[in-house]
Amino acid sequence: MDFGAIFKAAFALMVGLDPAFLAIVGLSLRVTLTAVLIAALVGLPLGAALALARFPGRSAVIVCLNALMGLPPVVAGLFVFLLLSRSGPLGSLGLLFTPTAMIAAQVILVLPIVIALTRQTAEDLWGEYRDHLRSVGLEGVRAIPTLLFDGRFALATALLAGFGRASAEVGAVLIVGGNIAGYTRTMTTAITLETSKGDLPLALGLGLVLIALTLAINAVAFGASRIGARYAG
Amino acid sequence: MRDIVSILPLAVEAVSFRGDGRTLVDGLRFDIPAGGLTVVLGPNGAGKSLTLRLCHGLLAPSQGRVRWAASMEGRAKRHAMVFQKPIMLRRSVEANITHALAAAGISGGERAERSKAALARFGLLDKAAQAARLLSGGEQQRLAIARAWALRPELLFLDEPTSQLDPAATRQIEELLAALVAEGITVVMSTHDLGQARRLASRVLFLHRGRLVEDSPAAAFFAAPDSPEAKAFLAGELIW
Repeated sequence: MDFGAIFKAAFALMVGLDPAFLAIVGLSLRVTLTAVLIAALVGLPLGAALALARFPGRSAVIVCLNALMGLPPVVAGLFVFLLLSRSGPLGSLGLLFTPTAMIAAQVILVLPIVIALTRQTAEDLWGEYRDHLRSVGLEGVRAIPTLLFDGRFALATALLAGFGRASAEVGAVLIVGGNIAGYTRTMTTAITLETSKGDLPLALGLGLVLIALTLAINAVAFGASRIGARYAG
Repeated sequence: MRDIVSILPLAVEAVSFRGDGRTLVDGLRFDIPAGGLTVVLGPNGAGKSLTLRLCHGLLAPSQGRVRWAASMEGRAKRHAMVFQKPIMLRRSVEANITHALAAAGISGGERAERSKAALARFGLLDKAAQAARLLSGGEQQRLAIARAWALRPELLFLDEPTSQLDPAATRQIEELLAALVAEGITVVMSTHDLGQARRLASRVLFLHRGRLVEDSPAAAFFAAPDSPEAKAFLAGELIW
């Protein structure tokens, strides 16, 4: 194998903005960003509510959520597959092997991260703010916007962690997406396939994009915590 | 634009509070009429902070009740509280004030106006855009008072507002409080600092081990306390 040639070909794909290459990167970003957006809309308020609520079994819920943060992606994929398969409860929707199914699977992966980290952040803030917020009449649901806004830098990091997990996973999108060329083929599933096929330049090019993405995420997370420190004091 | 009906006097009627299986505050009974600065005095653990929290409604009494002269249905509760350790939101100085105003249901235009007035009144105008949590301790407590003042309370509770401040900042806060009383705001503050109580109080509620031992005009209290506990406290012999 000529590694030099492989790297050259990979860079040519990236620099030459090969349409098939860009389509794969584009689909990956669309699926993962949509999943993170949905998880944020659901998970941020839910996490804050869980921070404030007291009910029997709350500790068990928190332990389960923390455990779900480590849910193997293939299991999440299998779960969505069973739901959406022809004979499954949601089979009539015909969503299996579509980008929508991949988004659903990734939401399941990201949501526990968002809820669990939001719960922790909001609970810490509530401990500090409780007296003042209750004094000005913000209790229960009415305290949630304040807690989310004041936790914004920590929460941005939580969302980035979710983005990182979803963009890097291969098991869930492979099972429910099916790795159909031009339709449900993402960076990670393409790397899996192309590597076994021997098309190493494409696999390597996509791998480099993934690494660049991971670097960018961490740079943004670092920046967010730095800016946060200026306000958090 | 303040409602004509006053929430004062506040009547504390046989209020007790239990926690951890112990009676922490026992059978409190006093009134707070409009005007003046009432100091809730007592050694550590006497129940000063609890008493203020019960009055402000942060805690519900286990027994007895806290009754205001006018009911406070609706949002604006017209009494505010400042805490020992200033609670600063992770926002700018100005946003700390507008947030409290928004919570009280004040509309946007008036929020901006009132927060500007509060910043100007408490000398924080040049720090309006700074992160509140990066202010000095004295400035943070000044902002906490400005934030409470912006809500236009009739009655302001302060829980040991200067116990974490250096002498210069303490003096500044004391001057502020005297000015608020002159403005017509009724102030109830707790302290364990005798000097501060002497400088500020018009009336003293002396607590010891969860009970109200003495309720006297400040001058009378400091000249000749009735109870042996208060005598010992003034002599510096009653630590807790």
